[in-house]
Amino acid sequence: MTDDERARGLGVTASEVNHHMQDRERGEGLSFWLVGFFLLIALPLLNVLPGQDSWLHVSDFTLNLFGKFLAFAILALGLDLIWGYTGILSLGHGVFFGLGAYAIGMNMMLSIGTESVYGSSLPDFMVWNQVKELPLFWKPFYNPWFAVAAAILVPTIFAALFGFLAFRSRIKGVYFSIITQALALSAWLVFNRNETNLGGTNGLTDFKTLLGFRLSEPGTQRGLYVATVLVLGAAYLLCRWITRSRTGKVLVAIRDSEQRVLFSGYSPATYKLFVFVVSAALAGLAGALYVPQVGIITPAQIGVLPSIEMVIWVAVGGRGTLVGAVLGAVGVNLGRSILTNHFPELWPFFLGGLFIAVVLLFPDGFIGLIRKIRGGQSWFHKPVVTAER
Amino acid sequence: MTERGSIIYLEAVTVDFDGFKALCNLNFIVNYHELRVVIGPNGAGKTTLLDVISGKVKPVSGRVIFGKDQDLLPMREHEIATLGIGRKFQTPSVYGNLTVWENLDLSLKRVSKGVFATLWAKSTPAEIERTQSVLATIGLSEKRGVRAGALSHGEKQWLEIGMVLLQDPALLLVDEPVAGMTDQETEQTGQLLQSLADKHAIIVIEHDMEFVRQIARTVTVLHEGTVLCEGPVEQIQADPRVVEIYLGRKKEKEAHAAAR
Repeated sequence: MTDDERARGLGVTASEVNHHMQDRERGEGLSFWLVGFFLLIALPLLNVLPGQDSWLHVSDFTLNLFGKFLAFAILALGLDLIWGYTGILSLGHGVFFGLGAYAIGMNMMLSIGTESVYGSSLPDFMVWNQVKELPLFWKPFYNPWFAVAAAILVPTIFAALFGFLAFRSRIKGVYFSIITQALALSAWLVFNRNETNLGGTNGLTDFKTLLGFRLSEPGTQRGLYVATVLVLGAAYLLCRWITRSRTGKVLVAIRDSEQRVLFSGYSPATYKLFVFVVSAALAGLAGALYVPQVGIITPAQIGVLPSIEMVIWVAVGGRGTLVGAVLGAVGVNLGRSILTNHFPELWPFFLGGLFIAVVLLFPDGFIGLIRKIRGGQSWFHKPVVTAER
Repeated sequence: MTERGSIIYLEAVTVDFDGFKALCNLNFIVNYHELRVVIGPNGAGKTTLLDVISGKVKPVSGRVIFGKDQDLLPMREHEIATLGIGRKFQTPSVYGNLTVWENLDLSLKRVSKGVFATLWAKSTPAEIERTQSVLATIGLSEKRGVRAGALSHGEKQWLEIGMVLLQDPALLLVDEPVAGMTDQETEQTGQLLQSLADKHAIIVIEHDMEFVRQIARTVTVLHEGTVLCEGPVEQIQADPRVVEIYLGRKKEKEAHAAAR
């Protein structure tokens, strides 16, 4: 082939590829701003402006519910990074979520002060458990900013240590999943113990204020909702930046052929550690935003079962697509809200059925289904996980 | 390159898999600019030899020296790869969900392959040009935007060779490159490897004797973890010991001789 022919061949394909990419990215950018506008401005305005009876009115309850779902979506983004893109299935993300939630919960516990049931400056459960003095590790949590930092840093550091050991020992595939599941179980056991001084089975609850704002005020909840939307937007942009960078390609490459990556001069262990830590930090953030909106955090929300549910959100939405992770988290939880209201006993069957359907019928999740229907003309992220897996 | 002497030097290397000696007191030397073919029956230790050089398997005893005095034994795989030893696997291992271009781009030799350097990195014009030229060398220019998973078996093999080439290795390890290829693809692969031998030292493991005759200059025969003999391809083929380990029994050896 002459240079001329080569250049012509390259020119055509290159411009076609670029054109396609630009189209897709423009479509994505547009939908990002549309969805952002709706969540950030339209929904809160519909909560404030129309009268209670107007059909346009979004109730405080609904807004709060969406705040919770969007917090879950932040976690789903991180889980998608490590599972959908890098192919590492973590069944322990509930732990990182819990660490973030408990950090903020501890601050809110302390800020109750003497408003508590027993009127003591100690949290109620400590009075109940006859703890006379505030344990040392609680003390820094008087400072809300310490709590916020801890909500991100504690899961980050914990994931860094755990990931370092696991990835350096080349624990992978199903073994990694089992180990993370064991992690979720042991965290659940530890948080359940009264001696851990984190409220035992009942967890942390009865919160009154956060940063001086009363949680019972609709305005505070609205503020938390807006904060959640902003953090979700930032998390989405972060993940999009990572996945579109060359590092993002290395992550997919690790999923496809880790050996090849290793022998191309990259250290897969370092890349896995990086993505594991990022996803743990996002999970911690999600927990931190979740707990003031829901008002309680217990070990039951961080153990084995919730960790598996998180994986199902991503699978249902479409792993390997960031939009899919967000849609999955919101969609599944919305479905759960509706179903548990009307047929509470059916939810576990529904969730199980959904998971089986995803595995057998649409392995690329909701986004994959849409792409199939639209014949690949979608402007969503190209799913990187195919039916082969 | 003007280096003289050996590019890879294995001395008294023994690999022990729970009592099974995959390599047993093996001595093996390849010089710069050499294209060496390693043959031997199944279980002779051919792939283990490549595993030892590329750091995948650590021997219980012996020395492995790269270039003048670089000891490879304490190094991890990706560090060895960065030093300039590229490896092409037996079954094509490419990144099925990335495009041909992305596959090559990731494999390019770069100053740093750490997470953060890679996060911010953009390809330089020189890197793009180099990737394009390798793309042409392996004949996949038209398919640069195609997902690698959609390539044919032969194309995947070439893509992986291209990926290894972009690492700019001084030493290229190639494990059964033509397994499963059509005759025409085999011929093209042979030409490709021969054209590469000017710039790189290459170790090729192969079963296909036809292919060995096409490309080989010097052949090393492995048997039960040690070198049985070494020499020009004609001499090796005539060596009765080689025929015996390949065919097992004397009768077949005679039949083989008669057929020729």
